Amino acid sequence: MVYLTRKAEFSASHLYHNPDFTPEENRRIFGKCNNPHGHGHNYTLEVTVKGEVDPRSGFVVDLKQLKEIMHREVLEAMDHRFLNKEVPEFLHQIPTTENIAIAIWHRLVPKLSAAKLHRVRLYETPDLFVDFYGEA
Amino acid sequence: MKAHLSRRYLFSASHRLHSDAMSHTENQSTYGKCNNPHGHGHNYTIEVTVSGQVDSHTGMVCNLTDLDAFIEREVLARYGHENLNTLPEFSKQVPTTENLCIQIYEILQRGFTHAHLERVRIEETMMNSFEYVGGKELRH
Repeated sequence: MVYLTRKAEFSASHLYHNPDFTPEENRRIFGKCNNPHGHGHNYTLEVTVKGEVDPRSGFVVDLKQLKEIMHREVLEAMDHRFLNKEVPEFLHQIPTTENIAIAIWHRLVPKLSAAKLHRVRLYETPDLFVDFYGEA
Repeated sequence: MKAHLSRRYLFSASHRLHSDAMSHTENQSTYGKCNNPHGHGHNYTIEVTVSGQVDSHTGMVCNLTDLDAFIEREVLARYGHENLNTLPEFSKQVPTTENLCIQIYEILQRGFTHAHLERVRIEETMMNSFEYVGGKELRH
């Protein structure tokens, strides 16, 4: 079993707002992230897959294919987007880093066949990241 | 108390990804640019993680100079500025970074006795890396 991690970067804007909260509650809980015009981040995504090394190719997974899957399923949907308005998962769910990592996991899982998804790590800033292992 | 210690090392080497078991077309479609017959190079970063009880006298899991000397002698001297395809371990195995990671893990497993080997991780580029923990599942 070998683990392989591939990184990608995307930039997007979002805001934190729960319509069930009062304006005062939204401001108190989400602070500056509640600014109605949104704000942006440069996200760094790390996708880790695991699998046995194929004896013929020496690969766990074809990196080029993994890159293409990440590009198609994640970057095309999220890069340079306003997540709350343009990404279906976040029309009714707050695009926190936690929820984005979970959404990315669910986008990738059905597209990976040769190797198994092990972890999605998403950095919102270099000092803040979320790990999701597909656990309930 | 048990602690984990990780140390990073750098080396540069070249390789060509090509499998004799595959046709020319299959090699091209599987390995793309990495199948270039003249090879190409990387600056590899190895991250070695060992663990053990913290010695009450030294405050160390193991002396870093022992790990450094071992890696220098057994890994960096072996792979640094080499063409990986010319080495015996890759005469019948494609020198992908998966296979290189397993080789380096096994070198440490066989010869490094100052602490318990936990993991070998290799960064091939800034954007990809490989980890091997002896075939076991990686802990979170």
